[in-house]
Amino acid sequence: MSTPFYVSPQQAMADRAEYARKGIARGRSLVVLQYADGIVFVGENPSRALHKFSEIYDRIGFAAAGKYNEYENLRIGGVRYADLRGYTYDRDDVTARGLANVYAQTLGTIFSSAAEKPYEVELVVAEVGETPEGDQIYRLPHDGSIVDEHGSVAVGGNAEQISSYLDQRHRDGMSLAEALKLAVQALSRDTNGSEREIPAERLEVAVLDRTRPQKRKFKRIVGRQLSRLLEADGGAAPTDAPSDTEEESEE
Amino acid sequence: MDFLSEHQPELLPGKRSLPPVQGVIEAPHGTTIVAVTFPGGVVLAGDRRATMGNVIAQRDIEKVFPADEYSAVGIAGTAGLAVEMVKLFQLELEHFEKVEGTQLSLEGKANRLSTMIRSNLGMAMQGLAVVPLFAGYDVDREKGRIFSYDVTGGRSEEHGFAATGSGSLFARGAMKKLYREDLTEEQATTLVVQALYDAADDDSATGGPDVARRIYPIVTVITDEGFRKVTDDESSQIARSILERRLEQPDGPRAALL
Repeated sequence: MSTPFYVSPQQAMADRAEYARKGIARGRSLVVLQYADGIVFVGENPSRALHKFSEIYDRIGFAAAGKYNEYENLRIGGVRYADLRGYTYDRDDVTARGLANVYAQTLGTIFSSAAEKPYEVELVVAEVGETPEGDQIYRLPHDGSIVDEHGSVAVGGNAEQISSYLDQRHRDGMSLAEALKLAVQALSRDTNGSEREIPAERLEVAVLDRTRPQKRKFKRIVGRQLSRLLEADGGAAPTDAPSDTEEESEE
Repeated sequence: MDFLSEHQPELLPGKRSLPPVQGVIEAPHGTTIVAVTFPGGVVLAGDRRATMGNVIAQRDIEKVFPADEYSAVGIAGTAGLAVEMVKLFQLELEHFEKVEGTQLSLEGKANRLSTMIRSNLGMAMQGLAVVPLFAGYDVDREKGRIFSYDVTGGRSEEHGFAATGSGSLFARGAMKKLYREDLTEEQATTLVVQALYDAADDDSATGGPDVARRIYPIVTVITDEGFRKVTDDESSQIARSILERRLEQPDGPRAALL
């Protein structure tokens, strides 16, 4: 009988983390930013059908980078968790913190269980509050830790570079058009510092807009509305509150 | 719902065992719901009364709920069960929309509601029936549609107008005489309040407009812009102008004899 090789726990964890990080790095990055009226999700996504961002509950949105089947699985789990909570108790009892905790547990268990391969995903769970101070953004790396973020966050392949770019330029109370522009600028910077153009058709944009009259604050921004926002002059964009009548049926 | 039945079956109405009872259980019952289509949408409205036997259990109950962006349910029957059914129905539509990334078709929603009513059959046999009226705007066919149900979950699409609940006979009679195919949205909202007035006139379990307490029927409109509840001000305006006319003509507008 052959004796299995001894691998130290430190080494095993480092290997698994390395594996997950590489998987995530292959995907495209995405950013989540606070703006005056809510939280905006921006990412490069050539597919119209496979979304990186999604609605979880009234005020909670979800963003993921990495392997599609794995984060889709987590997304559906999150929707189920939230809907079940809201049905059993009340809609107000579903919070981003609770959801982030569940995700952290799930990811952490999978990461440290030897039987499974670690998930190659990095998640962002965001909840829009009544005021900008009430906004919550949580980043969940592949190993199940939770990072409480403020202002802006980037996940995915080029995350470090993008988030330092964002940290320098993001400020509180930006308009949606400004935040969107900043996000696109950050995403279009390549690893080697050069810039490339990301056309509007390849962008996936969604917002959690606290000014929306409906209970459900999540909304995708597509088509004309998106190009209008991108063209709008950063400073003078007073009409950027997403009009609710348009493109409502797209979701 | 499938997920719920696997993980927390006690949350589902159909899974509860029924205690054997003699006679009828006294529980608040909702009464009359009416719906009318007009070119461009549909109007769904309900009175505000809940009765328990011969007692008025509640004067200001709300019996019309949005199911999702493009549809609404009005409930008649045992109030507690009906409200729970609507809550579960809303949850299911929203859940489907979020998981699949697309809305159910109007037919799909109507079928789903049908199954839920059928799962309540055991209760219905003991006198705790729930008979809703489902109305929605069909985004594909671009028109308002109404579905009515019976206690066994039988579903039928109604053309033009429909009513359910104890006052439905009188309401339907009124609508039959007043309905036209080319109603405007405003006329349609007036028509449903007229019908509810007539139902309240002849059915003791249906509440009429309560001017003293400022309780007026709940009127909702669903068009291609989505669900909208007519504000209290508008609703009271309609009810008051009808009341004004009825002071002169207690039986309401007269239809042509021939």
